[in-house]
Amino acid sequence: MADIAVRCQQVTKVFGDGEPVHALRGVNLEVPFGELALLVGPSGCGKTTLLCILAGLLYPTSGQVEVLGHRLETMSANQLVRLRMREIGFVFQQYNLLPSLTAVENAAVPLLIQGVPRREALQRAGEILHQLGLAERRQAYPHQLSGGQQQRVAIARALVHEPRFLVCDEPTAALDAESGRRTMELIRQVAVRPERAVVVVTHDARIFDFGQRIIYMNDGKVVREEIPHPRRG
Amino acid sequence: MIWVAFQMLTGDRAKYFGMLLGISFATLLIAQQSSIFCGLLLTASSQIYDAKDAPIWVMDPGMQFVDDIKPMSENELWRVRGVPGVAWAVRFYKGLGRARFGDGKFQQVMILGLDDAYMVGAPREMVLGKLEDLRQPDAVIMDERGYRFLWPGQPYTLGRTFEMNDRRAVLVGVCKASRTFQTFPILYTRFSQAVRFAPQERKALSFILAAPQPHLTAKEVALRIEERTKLKALTRDEFADVTIWYYLRRTGIPINFGTTVLLGFFVGTAIAGQTFYLFTVENLRQFGALKAMGVTNLRLVGMLLFQGLFVGIVGYGLGIGMAAGFGILSERSDRLSFYMPWQVMVGTGLAVLLIILLTSMVSLRRVLVLEPAQVFRA
Repeated sequence: MADIAVRCQQVTKVFGDGEPVHALRGVNLEVPFGELALLVGPSGCGKTTLLCILAGLLYPTSGQVEVLGHRLETMSANQLVRLRMREIGFVFQQYNLLPSLTAVENAAVPLLIQGVPRREALQRAGEILHQLGLAERRQAYPHQLSGGQQQRVAIARALVHEPRFLVCDEPTAALDAESGRRTMELIRQVAVRPERAVVVVTHDARIFDFGQRIIYMNDGKVVREEIPHPRRG
Repeated sequence: MIWVAFQMLTGDRAKYFGMLLGISFATLLIAQQSSIFCGLLLTASSQIYDAKDAPIWVMDPGMQFVDDIKPMSENELWRVRGVPGVAWAVRFYKGLGRARFGDGKFQQVMILGLDDAYMVGAPREMVLGKLEDLRQPDAVIMDERGYRFLWPGQPYTLGRTFEMNDRRAVLVGVCKASRTFQTFPILYTRFSQAVRFAPQERKALSFILAAPQPHLTAKEVALRIEERTKLKALTRDEFADVTIWYYLRRTGIPINFGTTVLLGFFVGTAIAGQTFYLFTVENLRQFGALKAMGVTNLRLVGMLLFQGLFVGIVGYGLGIGMAAGFGILSERSDRLSFYMPWQVMVGTGLAVLLIILLTSMVSLRRVLVLEPAQVFRA
């Protein structure tokens, strides 16, 4: 099935040698292209571990992980680095913006990593900041921006190199309710594309209605999947 | 990514200046102390180089350095002159005397007695008066540093008289001379006059200054002199080296300066290392995020090394500049020996490079072992 962006089959992850911790216990899931999937569940249920595996930051202990047609468990560390650089966008809970770079420079970082000339990278970053309503604040440093604005810069950074897979870790956790909703609205409007899949890890129930697929996890397993009714404009 | 590394470094101004301070301080201390050390060693051999028209120095075989005078018999001069290949050989007196001035004050002085006929070893440059005036009875020429020490703030005046060994000395000139290790005023006079100014000794020939014939090297002729006379004969450079090595071996100078240089190195490493490490630790989440976004370890190493090298180069420039400024000021004040050869600059640069590598290594380790997945942990 070519329209599946992410597929996991019986994925397990065990941490530690002495007294092993089973973070994932046979996870199966599929996320098609063009979909925004929410990965939800209580703390410690394995959401973040699964996200790291899907993003190519951790190897699974067993099972198969297919992302954008690549079998991640068979790829070398260097191949994973290249996949992350070109195909995956990241939105972190703490934004992780570089404090000494302006908003537009921060947004341009993934392009600079790819070796795009600085002038072109800054121009493309400026365009996406404009799309996200931050054109006026493009020269501001992170400490001069509100939490919501910083998260928008982080979203711009995650999308600037047009990845086919976007992973977001608790993107609304550090925001108030209104900013959180606006951030999710932006992700839905700007990030969700037919050629891209978006996976958002969250335990913020206020944003569940933004998901086109909600994957519930508990104790290292997917316990339920839900496809809510389409949201009205 | 080098540009990102540069922005990260200079964006955190407190740490950037902290690292610069550490490196500049280390550079200043290492370069300045090494230069003073070189300056001191240079003063130890300065009188050998001041006698620039004497390529070969002949002395008693037991002599260890330029101030270790063991006078020779007058016969030795004739023996040296008889060695094939010697173009000329002349007397040279070097010794300490005590000058008594009109106001009753005494001052130890260094007396240099030049060959009466040829004046080999004469002052390099006269400030006042003429070298020929040294042929006058009781005539002496004093170095300007000594003059300023004896008559501070007074204009150079010729004709001043004082006594040495109950004999009258008349100042007929003021000259330039290199600073000496012993710091006493230097008096140039004729050999025949010098032996009268100095306390009476049975032998008075401190050195024989000689030159090779044009087709021979100084080294060859020095070896011949040693073979034939059993005296010690050294070229100018060899004698300077022997003197410097004596001071290095027999005095605490290298240990004192070496200790300060080492302290500079360690303090610089500690300040720069700690600040750089803090800078890295504070940016660890950002480095993790970069790793997650596809920056390889190799590129991160490049970024950190660039940051270290940039701080190193700027800090080194500032430190060397300050050390050179100190040298210029000390030259003007005439109180401190300071000589900064290129070897000091290269050596200091290597020390700074080592500091940078050591400090970067600690930070590199933290970044290299960092799991990018850690950025997803709150």
